[in-house]
Amino acid sequence: MSKLLVNERAIVVPGELIAEGMDFLPSTGTYRANDHIIANRLGLLQVSGKVVKTVPLSGVYQPKKNDVVIGKVIDVLISGWRVDIGGAYSAVIGLKDGTFDFVARGADLTKYFCIDDYAAVKITNVTSQNLIDISAKGQGLGKLTGGRLITVNSAKVPRVIGKSGSMVSLLKRATGCRIVVGQNGLIWINGTPEEEYVVVGAIRMIEKYAHISGLTNRVETYLKEKLGEEALNRPEVPEEQVGESERPPMRERRPDRDRPRSRFEGRDRRERRPPRDRPPMQASEEKTPQGSEE
Amino acid sequence: MTKRHDGRSNLDVRKLQAKAGVIKKADGSAYFKIGNTAAYAAVYGPRELHPKFMQNPRTGILRCSYNMLPFSTTERNRPGPSRRSKELSLVTQKALLPVVDLSEYPNAVVDVFIELSETDAGSRCAGICAAAIALADAGITMKDLVPAVSVGLINNELVVDLDGEEEHMNENETPDVPIAMIPSTGEYTLLQMDGIMTKDQVLEALTLVKPALQEILKVQKQALKDRFSEGEQK
Repeated sequence: MSKLLVNERAIVVPGELIAEGMDFLPSTGTYRANDHIIANRLGLLQVSGKVVKTVPLSGVYQPKKNDVVIGKVIDVLISGWRVDIGGAYSAVIGLKDGTFDFVARGADLTKYFCIDDYAAVKITNVTSQNLIDISAKGQGLGKLTGGRLITVNSAKVPRVIGKSGSMVSLLKRATGCRIVVGQNGLIWINGTPEEEYVVVGAIRMIEKYAHISGLTNRVETYLKEKLGEEALNRPEVPEEQVGESERPPMRERRPDRDRPRSRFEGRDRRERRPPRDRPPMQASEEKTPQGSEE
Repeated sequence: MTKRHDGRSNLDVRKLQAKAGVIKKADGSAYFKIGNTAAYAAVYGPRELHPKFMQNPRTGILRCSYNMLPFSTTERNRPGPSRRSKELSLVTQKALLPVVDLSEYPNAVVDVFIELSETDAGSRCAGICAAAIALADAGITMKDLVPAVSVGLINNELVVDLDGEEEHMNENETPDVPIAMIPSTGEYTLLQMDGIMTKDQVLEALTLVKPALQEILKVQKQALKDRFSEGEQK
């Protein structure tokens, strides 16, 4: 007869006996030894039907595809940048994923990202060989300048973000700060020093009470106390571009002069085009006899 | 059964105390105190391993460092690596390696730094106990915790968990066997011997320590659980 020996949502430690019998199936954070299921990671126990697994409470960040993280540039490569994203392995921004600009062969890449720069990036691929590709192109991505960075454990990031972003938008709305929460636990906050201070305090509180229910109420009380009653009733701040990664605005282009984007983009145009002040009539005179009249 | 100098029976361990998450900047950390021997352990990683020639593309590696702080002993302990600390770093690594699974992290390293702030015999065992808690706290995959304790021979009687005074009896001739075990499988991961014991005595010591190891294991588990249930009481 199979039976569960630990309550669901209890904290289990490595080596702890979770269940007896063959009716349960071990998932992440657990293993089977004979007819016992034993934890092999520290975490919260979760049982869904027959499947037994644990949710980690600590540990370094595990990179996942499509995660937005904040990374620190640790090296400038021949065609890209190596970025520390707080996991076991570093990630690489390829040249194409770093900037919208055309970058000529042998150009100085530190113009876009330099060592020790921080950037909001998205993980585009994680290979089985632990090579991680990231991109700094996209909405809300790119180099981060100004503001301050704080770190929380990556296991607590979901609580900082809240259900479909409710917690961050609460903080943004109440304080008026610009906030980027990386899945790896790095959080970028930009506002006035006073506003930033309130956000840092709120995040530290979320971190402390992450596994306890009623977190939103607790944060709301804290914000009211720090900022006054009206802070929570401010209108929603529209989602804005945070990073510096932005496609150059199209309206600045002049359709009458500019050619469509091409592989020559960014090169000096005068070298490849005939001079603009060449008399236009000469050309048309030569062509008209065959073209327009008959 | 004759009482020991501090009133313990032969099978009693010294007073135990353990706490997880004591070092803020580490990925996992722990404090473990047994009697007057106290160990801090900090775990970093898994992280990239340098120098590169040490990398193992098949699995991640575990790197342990055992260090006695200069003020930990009655007479100042000269800081820096020594023959003894190198050996103890190695036996600590070998004691912990069978439980940790780093196959998910090729070319990476998990660093374990053990600092002894007070030493009164049994420091390698205290270090292993602290390191096991710290590794679990760091979220490393490990099949079990590792408790460790020593068994000594005093007046031809086996006693568990020698303290400094007992170890220095009979002109430092007290035989002493530090033992670490994987509780769920009953495998021993550390077994050294200082002094002379008969084969039968050693075999007896291996079974004799089990209750003591279970007691230590309980304290280790409780330390990890307390770390994350702190806020709930408030």
